Amino acid sequence: MRKSTLYMALCLFLGGAFLCSLVDANIREKTMIERLTSSILLTQELGLTDLALFTEARYTRHPSQADLHSAFQDHPMSFEHFPTGSFVQPPAHLVP
Amino acid sequence: MKQFWRTQRYLVDFTISSLQRRKGKNLSLLLVYTLIVFLLASVMLFCQSLKREAAVILANAPEIVVQRQVAGRHALIPGEYLQKVGRLRGVSQKRGRLWGYYYDPGVKANYTLMVPAEDVPNPGEVVIGAAFSRVRGVGVGYYFNLYSSANKLFSFKVAGILDTESELVSGDLMLMAESDFREFFTIPEGMYTDLVFNVTNPREVQNVAGKINERLPDTRPILREEILRTYDAIFNWRQGIVFVLLSGAILAFVLFAWDKASGLSGEEKREIGILKAVGWETGDILRMKFWEGILLSLTAFLFGYLFAYIHVFYSSAVLFSPVLKGWAILYPDFSPIPAVDGLQLATLFFFTVFPYTVATIIPIWQAAVTDPDTVIR
Repeated sequence: MRKSTLYMALCLFLGGAFLCSLVDANIREKTMIERLTSSILLTQELGLTDLALFTEARYTRHPSQADLHSAFQDHPMSFEHFPTGSFVQPPAHLVP
Repeated sequence: MKQFWRTQRYLVDFTISSLQRRKGKNLSLLLVYTLIVFLLASVMLFCQSLKREAAVILANAPEIVVQRQVAGRHALIPGEYLQKVGRLRGVSQKRGRLWGYYYDPGVKANYTLMVPAEDVPNPGEVVIGAAFSRVRGVGVGYYFNLYSSANKLFSFKVAGILDTESELVSGDLMLMAESDFREFFTIPEGMYTDLVFNVTNPREVQNVAGKINERLPDTRPILREEILRTYDAIFNWRQGIVFVLLSGAILAFVLFAWDKASGLSGEEKREIGILKAVGWETGDILRMKFWEGILLSLTAFLFGYLFAYIHVFYSSAVLFSPVLKGWAILYPDFSPIPAVDGLQLATLFFFTVFPYTVATIIPIWQAAVTDPDTVIR
């Protein structure tokens, strides 16, 4: 068999798999959103504001509700020291 | 047209044979190229998925949360503030919320204690999140003790466990009766953690927040829009951090690929000279090299992206989740929603396939326009 034919077959296979991944993402996104119904309802019912992803400090558990200077909560000029904090973006005006 | 395709097929045949002559070098390039695309695509898909999940869930968060600030810090807010705000056009519901944090030294984890507005548990009973139940090892009907800030021992009976499907927002929750909450934290009657306002028309949210701020100058209104933006920014920032960490590897690859693509080996130069000597046009040689770039970069892109898709959505991104999700003792168990952003995918395609293809053509053009005799010698 010609090498170009083999390569085209590989490309067709990979291209097909690529399209399948897009279709799969679409289908799974819909079913996953259905699975999120209980989270959505609970958020609405309890008025939740944040994801329970980073629970080690109050300002990482509820970053959207944190004090404006919560990273320096312990005393003035103290550095933020919780590990999650290093991964939370500083306020927009501090980011160059 | 038929002739054109036939020529292209011959060129592809020739290019593959040419690549096979330097099998080791080209295979290692393909492997590293695929790995780089895999890493970039994994981070991109995972972050996109987390952002989507946060956006879907938090789209139902309260439109406005009002916090009282004392000396720049969050303080308890009196219930009278609800009357002080008075009637505001567009506000469908307003209420005080009671919630707070409790650090449990036994398991070294923070819980979020909260009084629900509806289905309030009976005094002495609590409804807990699934991650809480796992870490503390308690199920429905179990009793557990917590010490309050006044060093008083409280015993709670687990009346229910929140659905594991909602763990992403409820993993560390402990829902309790208002009387228990006030006694546990010694919060006087009539004081709340914050106030929430539901606004019917989303276009009026800014106006309502402005009026609240005017009538309650010692408060800070937090809009749902800001909450959503916070999460978008968090995951963008984390994605950026991972990209920075990966940048060393990416730069090494760029140097390797550039060297491979732009620096012609003696053998390649001789090949071009021979092709020209047997009658190939400069255009044919350029097309052949173009195919070489496309074959390598397109294959690497497709393999890299597909492996990344499987890695993120079928193995919960085992390689990156500790960095991108964050960590905690009470960590919710959840799998990312597949969400593919067309624009991001196109950007990844452009930055991985295009530069390599261009880098292969320029040096070849220089060699191809030179006299074959000079090139062969």
